[in-house]
Amino acid sequence: MSTSINIKGIFKSYDSVKALNDISLDINQGELFGLIGADGAGKTTLFRLLATLLLPDAGSIDMEGYDVVNSYKKIRNLLGYMPGRFSLYQDLSVMENLNFFATVFNTKIEENIDLIEDIWKQIEPFKDRKAGKLSGGMKQKLALCCALIHKPKVLLLDEPTTGVDAVSRSEFWQILKKIQQYGITIVVATPYMDEATLCDRVALLDKGAILQVDTPQGVVSTYRKALYAITGANIYDMMLLLRKYEFTESVFAFGQELHYTDKRDEFDTNQLQHYLKEALQQDVLVRSINPNIEDCFMALSIQKNK
Amino acid sequence: MRTIRYILQKEFLQIFRNKGMLPIIFILPVIQLCVLTFAATYDMKNTNIYIVDKDVSKHTQEIIGKFENSSFFTITGIGFSEAIAEDEFLKDRTDAILVFNKGFGNNLDKREDAPVQLLVNSIDARAASLFGMYIVEVLQEYNTKVITTNSPVGKSALSQRITTSYNHFYNPEMDYISYMLPGILVILVTVIGLFLSAMNVVREREIGTIEQINVTPIKKYQFLIGKLIPFIVIGFFELGVGLLVAGFIFKIPFLGSAWLIYLVASVYLLTILGLGLFISTQTETQQQAMFIAWFIMVIFIMMSGLFTPVESMPEWGQKLNIINPVAYFIKVIRMIMMKGSGFHDIKQYIGVLLVYAVCAISFAVNRYRKVA
Repeated sequence: MSTSINIKGIFKSYDSVKALNDISLDINQGELFGLIGADGAGKTTLFRLLATLLLPDAGSIDMEGYDVVNSYKKIRNLLGYMPGRFSLYQDLSVMENLNFFATVFNTKIEENIDLIEDIWKQIEPFKDRKAGKLSGGMKQKLALCCALIHKPKVLLLDEPTTGVDAVSRSEFWQILKKIQQYGITIVVATPYMDEATLCDRVALLDKGAILQVDTPQGVVSTYRKALYAITGANIYDMMLLLRKYEFTESVFAFGQELHYTDKRDEFDTNQLQHYLKEALQQDVLVRSINPNIEDCFMALSIQKNK
Repeated sequence: MRTIRYILQKEFLQIFRNKGMLPIIFILPVIQLCVLTFAATYDMKNTNIYIVDKDVSKHTQEIIGKFENSSFFTITGIGFSEAIAEDEFLKDRTDAILVFNKGFGNNLDKREDAPVQLLVNSIDARAASLFGMYIVEVLQEYNTKVITTNSPVGKSALSQRITTSYNHFYNPEMDYISYMLPGILVILVTVIGLFLSAMNVVREREIGTIEQINVTPIKKYQFLIGKLIPFIVIGFFELGVGLLVAGFIFKIPFLGSAWLIYLVASVYLLTILGLGLFISTQTETQQQAMFIAWFIMVIFIMMSGLFTPVESMPEWGQKLNIINPVAYFIKVIRMIMMKGSGFHDIKQYIGVLLVYAVCAISFAVNRYRKVA
């Protein structure tokens, strides 16, 4: 498999803030690549560098054999970019937006309709509606259509599912899988760890540096510690208590449960359960679980910051 | 070409869909033109005068009668006390006070000095000097009449004076409307052009749409031409409406060629729009753009010679006008409409504007960056 995007030693800072710190990354052709990181990790900065909207302080990026800085004109023809913020014309209708972007890329809607057909079917009933009046999910679909209308080789999606409901989100990912079949390299930035498992490979980004690049399964398999989920009536008190507990290595709130790792290699869960029960006077359940991407992310992030 | 056509189509769609802006672009200028032309006139149509008549003689009555009959004056009151008159002044109910002291009529009959006191509210110095002039003129006229009637036959008391006769060229009736309207029309075209263009690119930046445009292979010049042309069309439309209003509502004499005005206007609009787009590419928010545009606008207008003659400005001010496109266009449009100047009379101004336009537009294209 050949490389679509080759990122080498990228640095970028805004005044005194280091947004990206020595980023190197290879993304393969036709890959669905996830860029996972919390807000402020540097995802958008990296995207804007890829999209030729920003110049790096140091390092180079090659996309489909073209240098992002010197051959930006070439790259703009083969790039589809969907910014995190909805940036189509809200006062133009769905059809007008699509037509406009097709023309700007020197193509016609009909020429690449097969690529966007599935999405287009969903938004076609609203084609005369103004883009600003669409629902969040529809807006994203329209933006995706506009980014795909010229059949790009690389598709950059900056947090496409932020602020979109769960159903639309899973729909969106199904669409991406379909687009991938056309051999388009897709790079998705997302703060949602659960979406990471849907990617072919992911890069975990934290504070402008890459923690790990691997397949989602690969990331999870590198997790060495035994992980436990603790449930009880009062999660918050339990967390405060565990932070003071002498054997605690890490404890994070995870929805309705706590994810806990212990300093000892082997220990009795009953002992922990008993300790919590005594202290809180309530029922506590401790069970062993398999780590997910977020656990790995947290662990790597702590490791790095130590 | 196809790209530019689509950008144009998009821009027009957006302009006509903007329900808030549409009336501002098309209706407001016409209303402003009608209102401002009447308001911004130097003609003194109405002077309020209060008369303190302590004499109450035939002569004072006749003079008061003259004021009453004049359309320029409204007598707000006649009284006997200067204190009351000054009170009127303070309450701003009168612009001038004319005081006849006791014995005025008698002195006049005896052909002795008959002084009259005139007090004028001079907060607005220009208006005050005009009030004064008009009032003195009325008194002078009466004076002449008295001297003539009282003179013995054959021996004229009138000394020979040098008299000047005026012939006002190009605006024989000294009509301010035909002088002001072309200027105000220029201002309106400028305001619309400068503000619309200054707000445009920055608006796309603020909404975020520029982000999507910037990653497209669209060329800078295509994008900016697509932005320029709609505003030129709107500017032409405004100018056309303005000229129609001038011709049919105000009945201003129109000596020159309308096509020539349009020729100058096209060069002028390129200048203004170039300037606006330049502002737009350099600012981050519409608010910033708005303030900068407004600042430039006010300087241009105040220096332009619309409200005060350029000739009365200090020399440095007059020199500054070399770079003021508004001054050129006001001058040229007045020349064409009132003097009937032809192409050869104004070609040097067109030349200057052309240089200006090329500079402004190339600056705008150059400073517009697709990469941050």
